[in-house]
Amino acid sequence: MVELRSEAIAAAKEEEDTPRRFLREAVRDLVFRKPLGAAGLAIILLMIAMALLAPVIAPYNPVANVYEKIHQPPSVENWLGTDQFGRDILSRIIYGARTALLVGFVSSLVGATLGLVLGVASAYFGGRFDLVFQRVMDVFMAFPLIIMALAVVSIFGTGVQNVILAITIPIIPRCARVVRASALAIREIPYVDAARAMGFGHGRIILRHMVPNVMAPYLIMLTSFMAQAILLEASLSYLGLGVQEPVPAWGLMLQGGAEEYAESAPWIAIFPGLAISLSVFAFNLFGDAVRDALDPRLRSD
Amino acid sequence: MRHASMRTALALGLAAALALAGFATTAAAAPKKGGILKYIIPAEPPSYDGHRETTFGLVHPIAPFYSLLIRVNPDNPASPTDFVCDVCAEMPKPTDGGKKYAFKIRKDVKFWDGQPLTAKDVAATWSKIVFPPKGVASARKGQFHMVSKISAPDDETAVFELKFPSGAFLPALAAPYNFLYSAKKLAQDMHWYEKNILGSGPFKFKQHQAGAFIEGERNPDYFFKGAPYLDGFHGIFSSKLAVRVNAIRSGQAYIEFRGFPPSHRDDLKKALGDKLTVQESDWNCSLMIAPNHLKKPFDDPRVRRALTLAVDRWGGSQYLSKTAIVKTVGGVVFPGHPLAAKKAELDKIAGYWPDIEKSRAEAKRLLKEAGVKEGFEFTLHNRGVDQPYKIVGTWLIDQWRQVGFKVKQWVQPTGPFYKVLRSRSPQYDVSMDFNCQAVVNPLADVFKFLSTDRSGSNHANYTDRKVDELFDKMNRTGDIEEQQKFMREFERRILDEQAHYFITLWWYRIIPHRSSVKGWKISPSHYLNQDLSNIWLEE
Amino acid sequence: MHKYIIKRTLLMIPTLFGAAVLVFVLLRLIPGDTCELRLAGSGAYFDESALKICREQAGLNEPMAVQFARWMWGVVRFDFGYSMWTGRPVTEEIALRFQLSLQVAIMATITATILAIPLGAISAVKQNTWVDYVTRGFSIAGLAMPAFWLGILIILGLLISTQRFLGEPWMPPLEYIPLWEDPGRNLIQLIWPALATGYRFSAVATRMTRSALLEVLREDYVRTARAKGLIEKLIMRRHALKNALLPVATVIGLEFAFLIGGLVVTEQVFNLNGVGKLFVEAVGNHDYTLTQALVMLVALVFILTNFVIDILYAWLDPRIRYR
Repeated sequence: MVELRSEAIAAAKEEEDTPRRFLREAVRDLVFRKPLGAAGLAIILLMIAMALLAPVIAPYNPVANVYEKIHQPPSVENWLGTDQFGRDILSRIIYGARTALLVGFVSSLVGATLGLVLGVASAYFGGRFDLVFQRVMDVFMAFPLIIMALAVVSIFGTGVQNVILAITIPIIPRCARVVRASALAIREIPYVDAARAMGFGHGRIILRHMVPNVMAPYLIMLTSFMAQAILLEASLSYLGLGVQEPVPAWGLMLQGGAEEYAESAPWIAIFPGLAISLSVFAFNLFGDAVRDALDPRLRSD
Repeated sequence: MRHASMRTALALGLAAALALAGFATTAAAAPKKGGILKYIIPAEPPSYDGHRETTFGLVHPIAPFYSLLIRVNPDNPASPTDFVCDVCAEMPKPTDGGKKYAFKIRKDVKFWDGQPLTAKDVAATWSKIVFPPKGVASARKGQFHMVSKISAPDDETAVFELKFPSGAFLPALAAPYNFLYSAKKLAQDMHWYEKNILGSGPFKFKQHQAGAFIEGERNPDYFFKGAPYLDGFHGIFSSKLAVRVNAIRSGQAYIEFRGFPPSHRDDLKKALGDKLTVQESDWNCSLMIAPNHLKKPFDDPRVRRALTLAVDRWGGSQYLSKTAIVKTVGGVVFPGHPLAAKKAELDKIAGYWPDIEKSRAEAKRLLKEAGVKEGFEFTLHNRGVDQPYKIVGTWLIDQWRQVGFKVKQWVQPTGPFYKVLRSRSPQYDVSMDFNCQAVVNPLADVFKFLSTDRSGSNHANYTDRKVDELFDKMNRTGDIEEQQKFMREFERRILDEQAHYFITLWWYRIIPHRSSVKGWKISPSHYLNQDLSNIWLEE
Repeated sequence: MHKYIIKRTLLMIPTLFGAAVLVFVLLRLIPGDTCELRLAGSGAYFDESALKICREQAGLNEPMAVQFARWMWGVVRFDFGYSMWTGRPVTEEIALRFQLSLQVAIMATITATILAIPLGAISAVKQNTWVDYVTRGFSIAGLAMPAFWLGILIILGLLISTQRFLGEPWMPPLEYIPLWEDPGRNLIQLIWPALATGYRFSAVATRMTRSALLEVLREDYVRTARAKGLIEKLIMRRHALKNALLPVATVIGLEFAFLIGGLVVTEQVFNLNGVGKLFVEAVGNHDYTLTQALVMLVALVFILTNFVIDILYAWLDPRIRYR
């Protein structure tokens, strides 16, 4: 009995060192074993560079209307053509990366993290708290992502901050549910009891013992929500309920004029859509690699 | 006498001006009978009751089912003062010093159920509009405040008695929503017409599939013999512009009666060539900017003047008329109307100066004087509709950027947009606003600009007794030159001296339709002349 | 098993009630109301008295609690009331659009299943070969492309190609005709949105098929049979295949449930008079009664699908019942 317990305590101590090693391994795994994932990461890094360096690399001011140059096809001057306000599409796509990344990063990070905390807490405390919490999550999960986001935007209005809020809220329960399932399994493991026996507080046990153990599902959800958030932002903007003119945003570029002039000026519709698809593609590739690396069941070797 | 002839002259002049504006002339070929008109409607009617709705989405699909007492002349719809009889036998001469109008009603008018339409039905209908019983909504009740009594002494006479003579009475009477209903149905249920259709118009109701289409068939008993030419119509509902444009392009619809942006006209023309005919007209709608006087620094006339001085309307007209449904530069009065400012007069108003550089320099000077710093940020509250709101909004933001403002656009769907706009509160800095009436009637249409305690739709939230006083003077004189003089003063006060409100650009109506659609004439309002009785198809 | 089913059924009630409260509150938090919208929205003159009467008739002046109680009392009697915008019964408004959405969802599901199962199987069997990479690239691209963009491209492609080859631009019919009235016209309208959504849907299902099969393949008894004729062996081992297809069926079921109310954007692009478009319009019109009913319908489909899946799993894996 005593031995069993000290073993568990040793395991609990060891747990505290794992996260760093875990991540290091994951990175190595990605670069050497997952060329597709690495390609995704490369595109993501490119996007980040594009967003950061936008003022340097964009050939034109993305919001300056040039009425002499409405609907210009791609040319040497405007590589990707101009839109219905004569604005340079390339410049708007470059600046649009900022909006996409901002919305994608902030909403998936905040959403997944809140989901992580709530999911772990729910699993850890269990009992009535867990039961009530699960019902609340059920309610939120009963609506498709887009409908929930639409409702939030209708209430708080459009614009970048509100779009972030609208995407964050439906992400929380989706992440919380998955994290809770993993955390439930860990809660059964003796070292959590052991840690409690050693007199650790709830906060320390949750943060140092449970959270690291659900990092795998958390990171998987984080990357997959990044892709979904970018898509959702584009959809909301397309419905006219997302980011608003003149802010450069890819979904917004596809709204209105892009569709109406699809035949006479197809470049307005094609390039922003490509930008969305490519970035979501990259996040998905990267996400797959993260999943493969972190989820031992799916490890391909 | 002098007054009347002046009016006629004005009407003729305006009609000529508007006829010139439309560059397609309708051929005088003999109308052909038969065919189903397929057209596309950008909005769906919430209910079928014209008396309580305000949207053109009710007029386009429902007007063909009903008759009116009087209407704009369908052969001359461009004129704002040419009213003719629909179910009445002749336009009455007012008696009792202009306070009594007795309409003789035709004897051959029938509802589709076979019942004759008599003066009793006319009186019952108009009583519902002017004196609605408790619990019955009448959207334009307030325009008939001069009416004291409506009666039908016999089946052929409907009498309107006024409290005082008013030039605003006949135009209000001719509004396209005032469908004539059956007195019997109204007696049974005042709300019957909200969900049912029974009229005496050129077409009979066939079916309406919610969200999809509405159908009508020829009324064989229509009292104008020979009309309508069409066997029926099929109206398709679609709120999306891209769908509407492609419907005309692919021939799934022949016409849309609201209006298309110019670039789509060019696109369609290129794709369809001779198969497409284009009709154009100035449009009795304008986008305005309301700087909120309840919000600093927009309580300062210098800042407001700077805002309007920064906007290059003449340049904007050229550019925006390539992409948006706006074009005409004008003041507070519908351009082309005799009461409207002439070019030379406009040129003197802030924001209309021919030299935009000078205008912007003045704007910057005023801002400096008012202590507003370079890079000052504010939001433009706008309605979430592309054409022309967001396009004009995006243009304005670019204009203001050029005098050092940093403007963000706060776009809201129509519901929340109006909630904020009508709130009489400092919730917004500067808002887009919109005015769009059916019958052109400048003396009534500028009512909006009066002080908040008089005008429910003053969304710049100011009180200016000078403005109110000028309006009253203008409405109390019958002399056109006096009216013009007061109107100029009124306009200068609002647009220039105080810069209470700004007109951006007036709308421009472009109807590109399949050339097979004949007989339809464009008017300066998408509410008018929509009973489809004069349309025929040349196939 | 009976106990489990009863427990799960009872658990649906608080969820549905919670959804009802949530949608009721959220809707009333949206600024503005249906009456202001219908009267002020056109920019034409209107009398303020009409606004007051409209609000009274829509029941907007009553206290929230009364409005909620009235709605709930209707719901338990399956009476969803009248649309605040059109005045027609809510059930009538929805029924009209429901068959279209259902048909698109079914067509998309069929498209996805036909594509996903063979592609996923090939991808798993040929893991880490170029076949696998191409298949995975194809399916990840399906996840990456916004459905509305794909829709725009499809319409653009149709317009341009018909203009070039037929001389006249053609686009799918604007109006819905039920399948049994005119199958040709019905299919020529709905095949495009079904393809656009089916592609994304197939991507999800392909990926699930692949990973589920991989897991089975990794099991020892299958591993021994690796090299040749693997599919045949798989089919022979019914148990393995069943285990592999269960998660695939789950994903297909969940996605199908999602399509019933989730085609919001696709229906906009193709101008389909379906539930998703109705939802956007109802929210835009502040039509509380209609939006509430729509949201409850979508939530119910979702909850029921989850319920069926849970029961199915419990039936296949008895351990779940005792958790």
